[in-house]
Amino acid sequence: MLTKRIIPCLDVKDGRVVKGVAFVNLRDAGDPVHVSKIYDQEGADELCFLDITASHENRDTILDVVVRTAEQVFMPLTVGGGIRTIEDIRRLLEAGADKVSINTAAVQNPEFVKAAANRFGSQCIVVAIDAKALSSCEGEANGWGVFTHGGRKETGLDAVAWAKKMMEYGAGEILLTSMDKDGTKDGYALSLTAAISEAVTIPVIASGGAGTLHHLYEALSLGKADAVLAASIFHYRTYTIDQAKTYLAEHGVPVRQRQFCSPVS
Amino acid sequence: MIAIIDYDMGNLRSVQKGFEVVGHRAVVTRDIETINQASHVVLPGVGAFGDCMNNLNRYGLIDPIYRAIRDEKPFLGICLGYQLLFEESEEFGVHKGLGILPGKVKAMLTVDAQGASLKIPHMGWNTIQIAQPAPPLNGIDSGAFVYFVHSFYVEPAQAEMTCTTTEYGISFASSVWQGKVFASQFHPEKSQGIGLSILKNFGNWR
Repeated sequence: MLTKRIIPCLDVKDGRVVKGVAFVNLRDAGDPVHVSKIYDQEGADELCFLDITASHENRDTILDVVVRTAEQVFMPLTVGGGIRTIEDIRRLLEAGADKVSINTAAVQNPEFVKAAANRFGSQCIVVAIDAKALSSCEGEANGWGVFTHGGRKETGLDAVAWAKKMMEYGAGEILLTSMDKDGTKDGYALSLTAAISEAVTIPVIASGGAGTLHHLYEALSLGKADAVLAASIFHYRTYTIDQAKTYLAEHGVPVRQRQFCSPVS
Repeated sequence: MIAIIDYDMGNLRSVQKGFEVVGHRAVVTRDIETINQASHVVLPGVGAFGDCMNNLNRYGLIDPIYRAIRDEKPFLGICLGYQLLFEESEEFGVHKGLGILPGKVKAMLTVDAQGASLKIPHMGWNTIQIAQPAPPLNGIDSGAFVYFVHSFYVEPAQAEMTCTTTEYGISFASSVWQGKVFASQFHPEKSQGIGLSILKNFGNWR
């Protein structure tokens, strides 16, 4: 049976791992290749790098990180952050990424997603959606909007409709981040995640808000997510991937338990 | 030397690195002479079936593939490289495949037998049940997890060719084995230790 995936995410800036708390107060915390190997040994199902390098001249540092990681870690790797052109995608895939995650560029030019999926195949095109709950002037819940620029810029797009459109344009997967929950550690946005997951027929990765192992369980059950992405709970060693898998298995979520199979014997 | 056929369809670096990590020499190449000289041949591939066939044609790689099969070199097909070995695919219209193995490539079901909807692509870690112990699966047991990402599956014309099966809506042939050909829908190069074992076994296959 297909298992639910646990995906640790590393925020990478200038080739080094950082973790933003709601995208500010970044703290330097290590070598991405080293951290990736630890997650690999613990049985992570995939890895995700989010490149938050700001300066243009340092943009290529991520390529080096991807090359070095792909030499040592044999599981799927998604890279996101600042991807704007077909050439950006080609270079990342060539460096060893398996998937790329496109966010702002998709909002600015949806045709880019179509072109990327046609060129490289849907299986490697992830569309990242940053969503926030909207409320009417009376304060009633009014669906979810798509935001860019770390949640600061409203696009006017409805998150559910946008997810469906991106699927039609060839996205192979949706990486859904709740900007209300990101950095809070008080759980994933379950109704948002379930709404998106039910609206599309491609896999949905839930992101934003993981603070406990029960939060992972909620996103994969109530939230109907196919995978969960988390950064700080793994990065700061609050929990290991093993502990997360054990907890989920005990609660009836199908997960891949770590297998001991050494090929180099 | 293992030749990994490069026809501009996807990331081949991880296949090469996977072989290197387990001690096999592998090159990524579209040079016909190099492929002809290789002891083992790998046909990887991601993307669309029709594009892949077009690229194989354009780079003159179809004859070297037939030759490797004729010479009975150990041959590994991965993902689309598995599907291409069959007669035809229904992906975006009907496309002719290499026709090395009898069978067809069909779309994955979007609902299971209970009527529950299934996410497509079939993406992530799923188990294999071993129907025949092909040499590349030495030391691997039924229930091992491997990584999949695909929207189409192979229906071999001869059931006895099926090497492993995997459940996703239906039970499908997640790998086949015939003679010196082993081909899998899953990605050994993305399947951590289990996958590296398969690559190691394949390189040791004589």
